[in-house]
Amino acid sequence: MAGDAIVETRGVGKTYDGGVEALRDVSIDFPRGQLSTLLGPSGCGKTTLLKIIAGLIPPNAGEVRVKGRKIDGPGPERAFVFQDFALLPWATVLRNVAFGLELRGVPREVRDETARRRLAEVGLSGFESSYPNQLSGGMKQRVGLARALAVDADIILMDEPFSSVDEQTRRKFQEDLLVLLRHRQKTVIFVTHSIEEAAYLSDRIVLLSPRPGTVSRVLTPDIGHDKDPDEIRRDRRYLDAVDEIWQILKQYVT
Amino acid sequence: MTLFGRKIPVVFSLAIWFFAWELIGRAGWSTIVPPVSSVLEAGITVLGTDKFSAAALISLRSFAIGMALALVTGIPLGFAMARLPGVGRLLGMWVNIFVSAPISALVPILMAVIGIGETTVVVTVYLFAVFVIVLDTQVGVKHADRSLVEMARSFGARRRQIYVHVLILSALPEILAGVRLGAIRGVKGVVIGQLLVAIIGVGELFELYSQHFLMEEFWALVIVVFLFAFAVSEAIAALERRVEYYASAR
Repeated sequence: MAGDAIVETRGVGKTYDGGVEALRDVSIDFPRGQLSTLLGPSGCGKTTLLKIIAGLIPPNAGEVRVKGRKIDGPGPERAFVFQDFALLPWATVLRNVAFGLELRGVPREVRDETARRRLAEVGLSGFESSYPNQLSGGMKQRVGLARALAVDADIILMDEPFSSVDEQTRRKFQEDLLVLLRHRQKTVIFVTHSIEEAAYLSDRIVLLSPRPGTVSRVLTPDIGHDKDPDEIRRDRRYLDAVDEIWQILKQYVT
Repeated sequence: MTLFGRKIPVVFSLAIWFFAWELIGRAGWSTIVPPVSSVLEAGITVLGTDKFSAAALISLRSFAIGMALALVTGIPLGFAMARLPGVGRLLGMWVNIFVSAPISALVPILMAVIGIGETTVVVTVYLFAVFVIVLDTQVGVKHADRSLVEMARSFGARRRQIYVHVLILSALPEILAGVRLGAIRGVKGVVIGQLLVAIIGVGELFELYSQHFLMEEFWALVIVVFLFAFAVSEAIAALERRVEYYASAR
């Protein structure tokens, strides 16, 4: 398994300036081409861990290896999708999607062409010249996803991407995400606090315990994501996974 | 503006005030208040004189130089205070003191140190304008969306790119508000500086008119200065409105 891990964390620990210990000795392998979920109650440091993997926060202890190399900051092989979308309010949707390419100095026609294609893939053709404040929450996050896809990173890090989106939109978005990822060799690390979301989307689920965050269990539900969305939601293995996760997480909820 | 359910142009309010002024002036209650019609008449004569053009030129020049200096030092200083905690702690208190301090009280000292002349007026304009620009820039940069900065970093933005692509644009509404307030203060700076120095520019004219009791000319000059301050402020406000849509979207 370790040989095929594209992202590895080794003994990662993080204590914030105020003395709060967010993570302790976290060692996880994230296999190439799989969707892994970091799941746990609030305060388990799952977002902190994701941002350490992104290179946005330096760990106090341990290290993160991406493709075997120790990281010391963000890199072009990783792209981040933010919980609060983080769209530039003064830029059009197209420019937002192309922003990562713009920072890399890709010529305008090339990056606009790529951005247009990614926008079409997330179902937002026709909104190229809209501004973010004209879009709904779900549409904003589709823009965020298109922006991450535009830089063609191997690893996509998603920080509770659907948490500010209403339930119906979220379901549709989850289904679309699976379709989008099915044909790409993307490795996705996904943070969520929703058990159903984790069970529905994931190849692997990493359960974290709170304060300080440590790895509690790693589950591989093996549901198979090539099936019809509604079929997955009725699948025995999906329901069992949801139940199993809940049995473990229950002890952390007070 | 609506009156009795009807829309009335704003100019109408001005007309009413001018009418009242005219009546009071005609009644001859006070020699300090001449009728508005003779003020306007005097204004037209004053505007045509070489003395006025020379005074206006000097005043505009002092204002422009002082404001330019305030912009090129104030905005970078505001950025430095917001981004470098050390600078912010070191200067924060002083900027806050000076932004609320009556700078006019310093002008006599400036006159003693720099001398009685245009430089003193330029420095006065600068001191009137710069602190509010620093403060507003600092607030704007500090409150720039942190997740936007994080987003730019995650896509590999270098330090310079973060400034150009995120921080400046994000702080633009506050920076412009600071520049507008700074410019309004700067106009006060020109007038107060020149009044105290009293031998140059518009200040000299004010001094001249009031000492010779030329009230028509005096009021005409007041109106001109008021209009100038208003025009500067409105021009910057127009710029602010253009960036408003994204300020409200933050």
